[in-house]
Formats: sequence, structure tokens, C-alpha cells
Amino acid sequence: MRKKNIFNFFLGGLFILVSMNNMNGQENEHNDEAEEHGQEAHATAEEDGAVNTKEGIKEFVDHHLKDSHYFSFFADGEAGEHFGFPLPVILWDNGLKVFSASEFHYGEELAEIDGTHYKLYHTKIYKTDAEGTITYDERGFPANEKPLDFSITKNVIAMLTASLLLFLFFWGLARNYKKSKIPTGFGRILEPLVIYVRDDIAKPNIGPKYKKYMSLLLTVFFFILLLNLFGLTPLGINVTGNIAVTFGLALITFLIVQFSGNKHYWKHIFWMPGVPVPMKIVLMPIEILGMFTKPFALMIRLFANMTAGHVVVMSLLGLIFIFQNWIAGPTFFLFTIFISVIELLVAFLQAYIFTLLSALYIGMAVEDHADHPDDHSDDLPVV
Amino acid sequence: MEIPQMVGAGLIVIGAGIGLGMIGGRAMDAIARQPEATGKIQTAMIIIAALLEGIAFAALFAS
Amino acid sequence: MWKLINDFSFGLFFWQIAILIVLILLLKKYAWGPILNSLNSREEGIKDALESAEKARIEMQNLKADNEKLLQDARAERDAILREAREMKEKVITDASEEAQKKADKIVAQAKESINLEKQAAMTELKNQVANLSIEIAEKVIRKELSDKKEQHAMIEKMIGNAKLN
Repeated sequence: MRKKNIFNFFLGGLFILVSMNNMNGQENEHNDEAEEHGQEAHATAEEDGAVNTKEGIKEFVDHHLKDSHYFSFFADGEAGEHFGFPLPVILWDNGLKVFSASEFHYGEELAEIDGTHYKLYHTKIYKTDAEGTITYDERGFPANEKPLDFSITKNVIAMLTASLLLFLFFWGLARNYKKSKIPTGFGRILEPLVIYVRDDIAKPNIGPKYKKYMSLLLTVFFFILLLNLFGLTPLGINVTGNIAVTFGLALITFLIVQFSGNKHYWKHIFWMPGVPVPMKIVLMPIEILGMFTKPFALMIRLFANMTAGHVVVMSLLGLIFIFQNWIAGPTFFLFTIFISVIELLVAFLQAYIFTLLSALYIGMAVEDHADHPDDHSDDLPVV
Repeated sequence: MEIPQMVGAGLIVIGAGIGLGMIGGRAMDAIARQPEATGKIQTAMIIIAALLEGIAFAALFAS
Repeated sequence: MWKLINDFSFGLFFWQIAILIVLILLLKKYAWGPILNSLNSREEGIKDALESAEKARIEMQNLKADNEKLLQDARAERDAILREAREMKEKVITDASEEAQKKADKIVAQAKESINLEKQAAMTELKNQVANLSIEIAEKVIRKELSDKKEQHAMIEKMIGNAKLN
């Protein structure tokens, strides 16, 4: 037992070490970009290609948080070598254009497809002229035209992997029940989670109509959970810390809530019962705003929590490279492990909260409170 | 990030910290008073903390 | 805020929605449906088992009560039978003793009667014998006394006197 623990400990350490390696490598990319665009040249690291300055680490962390058109495991910054593979780029720009991201050479070169020049700048693809000039708007963001980018990026790969894993896990669990009433193996971990989602999230918050929403809640819960956990691996995946992904998740919740809302729900929004008429008029815009702020908060919460977690872990790792001595190294290494454990908790907690609040909002929309239209105590979560 | 934005972000964090502290403290009090209701109190605490966190994050990103 | 909007990637959003919806539909068909169904059926099975156990317990109790009742009935019946038997015995004994008494009385009465009869017969016989004896004696005495006239008279006188006594 103890041996196993020690083994796990070293495994965790190995992951973090690989992350550091990753950090060393990707820097090269920024370095080159920075050189191409003079205004950012000061922001990146020295000639040796290692990330060991404040700006370099900031840049590296920024890059890690974003999506990527490459799946790189690690890179050798000093030699300028990348170990990974490019992913397919699919653009919709007056017609479908499909090519490999290797055309960009990690942002070093322009990709010329059908006479149009595309540039990979900070993980985004822009249309440029033949020299690759990027113009900036007044906020400092690139003003170049962006083609619609349907690329299979790293995050898409991660989502597909997560979906495949989820399908295999739960398909296995479902088949397991045909053989025996009690799950075996990995199903013993999954079954309590499924029961937890059903009994502690769906049933108390949605009420008797919970069965219709179980598929959504379970899928969303495990999808977020697995992607959060992916984020803790050294693969450099940050899916749930991406605003587009959380926007999609929140949008699904929003649509489900609006489409399952009964007449009490709409009455509460547009003509709040049990309050005087002037109050009703004041409350209407607030309630309409509330309709949108709820899923907006869902989106921002998940995004910000995961992003913050990644930033903290990466920054602590970066501190090791800034100080580069025998005291700071182990200290920040232990700090990183500590924060990683907290992040593990956060991974579960955020999946739980997203599902719980979704269930709560759905519960508010489908709730029957015909007998006490004035009693708002049952609007509160019954938990 | 400009100076006013930084100050605003700091204020948001202070407010959110006070709020979270109060939620956590009151929840602890409640658990101490009624240890048998721990599960319910924790769930309610997490929901309210999550709502507060949502507002705080929204404000942070708006700043 | 503007950074976030700049970071927003429509392609990623599109893929995310597509993947999630397909995943929800696939998992609903192949995983959640069967899993939740079997969880429900298992829970119902457990509930049923508990209920039937409770039912069996109650039945057992009823059975026990029935047994107790049967036993009590049997005991009461036994007691009744025993009592009856005792009564019968006592009755038989009383009857028998009464009859015996009667018989005994009858026998005693008969015995008394026969004794009386015997006594009378014996008395009569005795009288006869005594009479015979006395006649014999008298004969002998007379034979001897008749030899003397005086004495004869005396004798006769004496005998008559005696006869009156008898």
C-alpha cells in the first residue's frame, strides 16, 4: 500500500517535470513571433530560448491558456525542436480550405493557400498580405480579417478524447449491468458518482420531473469533470478554461431552461405575482436580465476557476525558473504539488457546481407552485 | 491593466473575500450548532458561494 | 473583457456544441438509459425484498399466534376431556358403590332372613329332637318308674308341671 503511494507520488512529480520541459520548449515560438513584431520584442526571453524571465513566463502562461493548432508534448527550446504533431486546419473563407498546421511552422511562416496568405499569430489565424503584416486596433488587438476557423485544434482533440473515454466508460458500465446487478472494476467508481448526480443534484433541485434532464446533467457533469482532470495532466490542455467551451455549455443550459419553462416561470419573469403593480414593472427588467445573467455566471465561473487554477500552477512552476536555486526549486515544487491537489478538488467542485446550478435553474423553470403563488420560499433551493 | 482597473479588481477581491468569509464562518457556526444538518448546510453554502463567486468573476472580467 | 471577446473562437464553440450534443444523444441511448434503468430496478428489487421480508415476518408472527391458539385449544380440550373422565370415574365409582351397597344390603337382608328361617328350622328341629329326646327319656323313665305305682303318680304330676312351664 505504502509502496503504491510512493509510486503515485513520483508519478505526479514526473508529470510536473514533463510540464516544465514543455515550458522550456514552447518558448521558442513566442521568441520568433516577438522578433517578427518589434513592439513585442521586449516581452520575450533571452537568446538561449529558456523561459526564465517574468515576461517570458507571462507569455508562456498566456499561451498555455489558449487553444493551439499543434499537439506538442514537449519541445527543446534551445535547439528549436518541437515534439508533437500538427493538427488539421479547416478554414471557411470563400470556400472550405483544409490543410495541415505544419504549413505555419509554429507561427514562423505564412501559409499560402489558394493565393491567400494566412498567419498564425498567438494561436489565432489571420488573413494577411504576402509579408505577414498585422495591424492593430485601438485596443491593441489585431485588426486583420479572421477567417472562420473550424480547425480540429488541441481542445477539439481533447474533447473528442474525453467523449470517447466517457462513452467507453459508461457503455461498459451499462453492459456490466446486464451481467450482474453490481458493477465490477472501474464501474464501482462511476456508479456512486452517477447515483450522487441523481440523488443529490437532480432529485432535490428539479423535483419529480428530474428524469427528463438526467441525460443532460450526467453528460455535462462527467464531460466537465473529465476535461478539468485533463487540464491537470502535463499535456497542456485547457479546455474548460476556454471561454468558447464554457459559453457552449452555458448556452445549452440556457436553452434547456427556457424551453422547459412552464407558465409559472414566465409569469414570474414578466408579471411577478404577489407584489404591487409598480413593483411588477420594476421587477420585469430585472428578471429578464436575470434570465441571461444566470447562464452568464455559469460560463464565467467555470472559465475563471479553471483559468485561475492553471495560472497559479504555471506561475509557481515559472518561479522555479526565475530563481533557479536550490532553495526556491524544492519549495515551489512542493507549492505546486499543494496547489495541484487543491486544483483536483476544484476540478470536482466546478463540475459539481455547474451541474448543481444547471439543475437549480431547470428546477426553477419546471417547478409547480400553483397552490401558493405568493409564497416565494419554494423558489429557494430545496437542499 | 490600468491603475483604476487594478484598484477596482482589488476592491472586488476584497468584497468577495469578505462575503466568502462570512458565508464560510456562518456555515461553520451552523454546523457546530447542528452537526446532523452538515450535508444540507454544506450544499447551501456551496450554492451561495458559487453565486457570489460568479458575481465576483463577472465584475473582474468587466473591469 | 475585450481580451475575452478577442479570444472567443467560433470554431471551437461550434465543435464543442456539436460534440456535446452528439455525446448526450449517444450516452442517452447507450449508457444513461440502461444504467438508470438497472439502478432503478435494482433499488426496486431491494425495496421489494425488504417489503417481502417484512411481510414474511408478519406472516411468521401470525403463524406463531395461530400455533399458540391451536395449542391453547388443544390444552383446553385435553383439560375438558380429563375433567369429564374424572367426573365419569367418580360417577362410576359412586354408582358402583351404591349398587354394591344395595346388593350388600340385599344380601344381608337375605342372609338375615335365611338365618331366621334356619334358626326357626333349627328351633323346630331342636324342639322336635328335644321332644323326641324327652319322650325317649320319658319312656325310659317311665319304664323304670312304672314299676312302682306311687312313684308313677309322682312322676306324672311332675311331668305335667314341667309341661306347663314349657
